[in-house]
Amino acid sequence: MSAQAPTGDLVARFGVSPSRRRKDKIARGLILAATIVALIPLMLILYYLLKKGLGAWSSSFFTTDPTGNTFFKNSTIGGIKSAILGTIEMVALASAIAVPIGVAVAVWLVEYGKNSWFAHTVRFFVDVLTGVPSIVFGLFIYIVLVVGTGSSFAGYKGSLALSLLMLPVVIRSAEVILLLVPAGLRESALALGAPRWRVIFSIVLPTALPGMVTGVLLAVARAAGETAPLLFTAASTKNTSYDLSGFMNSLPVQIYSDVTSPTTAVVNRAWGAALTLVVLILLLNLIARLISRRSRLA
Amino acid sequence: METASVPGGDRALLARSPLARFPDRLLKYGLSVLAALILALIVFFFIRLVGEARPAFAKTGVFGFAFDNNWTPSTGHFGALPLVLGTLITSALALVIGVPVAVAAAVYATELCPLRLRTPLSILVELLAAVPSVVYGLWGIFFLAPKLQGSEQWVADRLSFVPFIGGGLVTIPNYFITGLVLAIMILPIVSAISREVMSTVPLDQKEAALGLGATRWEMIRIAVIPYCRSGIVGGAMLGLGRAIGETIAVTILIGDAPKLGSQLFGQGYSLAAVVANEFGEAQGVHRSALFAAGLVLFVLTLLVNGLARALVVRSARSGVPSGTRGGTGGILVVDTAAGA
Repeated sequence: MSAQAPTGDLVARFGVSPSRRRKDKIARGLILAATIVALIPLMLILYYLLKKGLGAWSSSFFTTDPTGNTFFKNSTIGGIKSAILGTIEMVALASAIAVPIGVAVAVWLVEYGKNSWFAHTVRFFVDVLTGVPSIVFGLFIYIVLVVGTGSSFAGYKGSLALSLLMLPVVIRSAEVILLLVPAGLRESALALGAPRWRVIFSIVLPTALPGMVTGVLLAVARAAGETAPLLFTAASTKNTSYDLSGFMNSLPVQIYSDVTSPTTAVVNRAWGAALTLVVLILLLNLIARLISRRSRLA
Repeated sequence: METASVPGGDRALLARSPLARFPDRLLKYGLSVLAALILALIVFFFIRLVGEARPAFAKTGVFGFAFDNNWTPSTGHFGALPLVLGTLITSALALVIGVPVAVAAAVYATELCPLRLRTPLSILVELLAAVPSVVYGLWGIFFLAPKLQGSEQWVADRLSFVPFIGGGLVTIPNYFITGLVLAIMILPIVSAISREVMSTVPLDQKEAALGLGATRWEMIRIAVIPYCRSGIVGGAMLGLGRAIGETIAVTILIGDAPKLGSQLFGQGYSLAAVVANEFGEAQGVHRSALFAAGLVLFVLTLLVNGLARALVVRSARSGVPSGTRGGTGGILVVDTAAGA
C-alpha cells in the first residue's frame, strides 16, 4: 500500500479539510469572545467605581461619621469614619478567633488525623461550612448570642459570625500548605530526637508560615466584604465605637443602608465607601499573592 | 527481638520519661477535641435553627411552608413558594448565563492562550471574586439595570407570545438582572475550578488527539471536555450553591416584592433576601418563618454543595495517581479563595 506513491495533492489527502478548519476557527473565536465577555464586567465595575467613588472622596469623608441627615448636600451627611473603623475592629477580632483555631484544626488534620474516618468527617463538615450562605451564619449567631442571652447586638457578635465564615477558608488553605511541608523535614527532626510537638512548632509551622499567611489574608478579605452576617449581629449605629460589646458600624452595612436612599448625596457616599472597601480588599489580595509567590512551598 | 540487638540493652532507657511525653499527649488530644468541637458546633447550630423554625412549621406544616404561594406577614400567611421559586429562577439564570462563559474562559486560559498571558488572565477573572457582594448590588442597581432596561423592554415586547419571558412592563429591579449579576459573581469560582480540573488532563491524551490529526478545537472536544465533565459540572454546582446563598446583591436587585413575579423582567423575592430584609422588624411567628426560610436555604445549599464536592473530588481523583497531588487540595483552596 505504502509502496504506491500518493497521487494528487498531499494536503488534500492528508491535511485538514476546509470545513473542519472552519469549525476550528469558529470554535476558537467563540471561546476567545466568551473570555473577553468574562472580563468586561470587571472593567465596567472598576471603571464605574473609580468614576463615582473618587468623586465622593474628600478628607472629611474619612474623618467624619455619617450623620443620618439625608436632606442636604455632601457636607452635612457626613463621611464613613465609623464604618472603616468598625470594619477594621470587627475583622481584626474575627481573625484573632478564626486564625488560631483554623490553623490548629489544620495541624490536627495533617499531623494526627490524616486518613482516619474522624479526619474525613471533620474535612466533610468543614467543606459543608464553606458552602453555608453567609446570612445563615448571621442567623446562627443571632439565635445563640442574641436570643440565647437576651442581650442586644454587639460588635463582638458580628466578629464571631465573621470568624465562622473565615474558619473553613483558613482550615482548608492551611491544610493544603501543611501537606506540602516535605516529610523529610519532619522525619529528620524526629530522628534527631525531637518530640512531636517540637517538630510541629519548630519545623512544620515555620516552614508553612508564608503559605498560610496567604490563605489567612484571603479569608480576611472575604470577611471584610460581608454584609449579611452583620445585619442582625452587630449593626447598626452611625457613631464611631471602640467598644466591641456595643453596636458597631461597618463598611458593607453602611453601603447597604445607603443604597436604598433616595438622596443622591447619600448614594454617592455609598460609592465612596464601596471604592474604599474594594481598595482595602484588593490590597489584601495583592499582598496575599505577593507572599504566596515568595513562599518556597506553593 | 529488636530490643535485644540495641547495644546497652533496655529500650525503656532510650524512651522519653512520662513527664516529657506529656506535652505531646496534650497537643494531640487538645487538637482532637478542638476538631470534634467544630463538628459539635455545626450540629448544635442546626438543631437550634430547627428549634427556632418549629413554630412556623407548626402553623403551616412543612409542605404548606414550602409550597404555598402566599407570603403576607401582616395577615399571618407564610407560604414560601414565591421565595423558593425566586431563589431557583435567579440561580438557574446565573448558571445558564455564567457557566458557558466561565468554562470558555477556562478553556482559553488552559489550552489556547499564549503562555505569557495565562497567569494575568486567571488573576483578572479571579479579581471578580474579590469584589464584595454589596458592591455588585450597588453597581447592578445604579449602572447595569438602568443601562439594560431599554434592551430588556425590547426583548419583552418581541417575545410577548412566550409565557413568563415576554410581555409586561420591565422594572429596574427584576429576576433577569439579578440572574445576570449572579452570573458575574459565580464566574470566578466556576472558571477557577474548571481550569484546575482541565490542568489535570494528561498531556498524552491531548498529544494523542493532535497526533491523530485533530484540530485544536477537536482536541478540546475529544480529549479535554469529556475528561473534565464531572469536574466542570461540580464547579457549576458550587457556583449554584453560591448563587442560592447570595443575599445582599439579590436583596438590592430583585425588587423585594413578596409575591411570585409574573414575568422574567418583573420584581420578585428570594429566600436569602427575605431574611435580610424582614428580619429586623419581624416578631413571633413571622420571625420563626424567617428562621424557617433560613433553614430551607441551609438545607438547599447543603444538598447542592454535597453533590458538587462529590463530583469535583471524583473528577480530580479519576485521572491523577493518588499521592502525586495534595488530594483535591488545590481545587478546594481555589474555591475558598473565591469568596466574598
